[in-house]
Amino acid sequence: MSEDGFAKPAPPKPLWLLAELTYACPLQCPYCSNPADFDHYRDHLTTEEWERVLVQARTLGAAQLGFSGGEPLIRRDLETLVARARALGYYTNLITSGWALDEARLGALKEAGLDHIQLSFQGPQQQLNDRMAGAAVFEQKLAVARLVKRFGYPMVLNFVLYRENIDRVAEFLDLAVELGADYVELANTQYYGWALLNRDRLLPTRQQLERAELVANEYRRRLAGRMKVYYVVPDYYEDRPKACSNGWGNFFLLVAPDGTALPCHAARVIPGLVFPNVRQANLSWIWKESPAFNRFRGFDWMREPCRSCPERFKDFGGCRCQAYLLAGDAADTDPVCSLAPRHGLVLEAIRRATAATGVEAAVSDTGLIFRNVHNSRRLTAPLERSPLGR
Amino acid sequence: MALSDQAVLSLSPGFRFQWEPAQQTHVLLFPEGMVKLNASAAEIIRRCDGSRTLGAIIDELGHSFTGDTVEDDARSFVERAYERGWICEARAA
Repeated sequence: MSEDGFAKPAPPKPLWLLAELTYACPLQCPYCSNPADFDHYRDHLTTEEWERVLVQARTLGAAQLGFSGGEPLIRRDLETLVARARALGYYTNLITSGWALDEARLGALKEAGLDHIQLSFQGPQQQLNDRMAGAAVFEQKLAVARLVKRFGYPMVLNFVLYRENIDRVAEFLDLAVELGADYVELANTQYYGWALLNRDRLLPTRQQLERAELVANEYRRRLAGRMKVYYVVPDYYEDRPKACSNGWGNFFLLVAPDGTALPCHAARVIPGLVFPNVRQANLSWIWKESPAFNRFRGFDWMREPCRSCPERFKDFGGCRCQAYLLAGDAADTDPVCSLAPRHGLVLEAIRRATAATGVEAAVSDTGLIFRNVHNSRRLTAPLERSPLGR
Repeated sequence: MALSDQAVLSLSPGFRFQWEPAQQTHVLLFPEGMVKLNASAAEIIRRCDGSRTLGAIIDELGHSFTGDTVEDDARSFVERAYERGWICEARAA
């Protein structure tokens, strides 16, 4: 940049902090973005350690704060952390399945200053929702949605889409209208962690996607001014990669339950990078100086075709984890890009998944690997570390 | 969509307006989003507090800022902020 006579851009700030408070979760969604080996990281940060993280990140400029997991409501100190965060000036988001959230707890969270709740659904009705969640939670979610409304929160619903529910987008949106949602995210599964293990059974076909998008657009028009509908396409079907995390170490900072600081949900899979832990280092050093956060920051690390591509300022070369998971090299162009030398890997993944749709829907969950401690131990590190698609 | 001068404006539910020391700017925070506001936008948003009409807000800005286009600029910003759902009508005055 400087050789063009322009000043170097201001150093990036971690405006979005995601605090993954725990890997524990009563649900078992087979598309979970947690690492497949989550059971290895059991030594979770204490309340005091989280408070230190909140202070340090706020000083660096973090303003949006997501409390996530696992299921963050499992932490008994959630109210304490919300109150601390709010006092520091964060906008506090609770990202939850709604598990065990009752009036008393929501009252306490409201009292603590919680700004917003995002409630996720696995399906638009009980049977599919509870089968994919691996737990009877649908009725509880409906009750939580009503509570959220009663407490005067804006209602944000997150519907995760995969092959078996994507044809039911209209049912999802009808449910959102019935519950009085303000924002709806129709979020196609992204293929990391557990979702990658289950990709052949989760990835929809192109026709399914196109139909779903038409339905979403129709509702968006009809509900303009009442409900905002966001539709997140799965990047496998795009010609260009997503601007993953808005660039590595550029905007987004995740602190995992064990204190590991990461530039995105999946970065731990990339071999050869040592991600610092908030127990050993201060977030200022981690964000600004640590080798891991600088490894793919900016544009200098890029190879062709990214290096000279005019779109690199828009998509940052896509996702490093996907480049590793699919192409075996995190410094490669994201194979999702049609200009990537290894783009064929994505086409092959689509071909394989589409061939698997021949299997009857009634038995389509056969072989799904549910996200739970048993499976995490069974699979452990080796599977997560060996890239699929090779 | 046009707002009348009698419309009393407030921030939409779930929206927060605050100063960000690290960015040296005012921002609007809302579910999973944040917008940076320039100085004049911040002066407008600050006044959308459920007690002032659009007409009063425009009047006050006329006193704080000079320039021929202050009123037009303010109106167009308010319209955009309203369309994007950042601010809403608290009640009719």
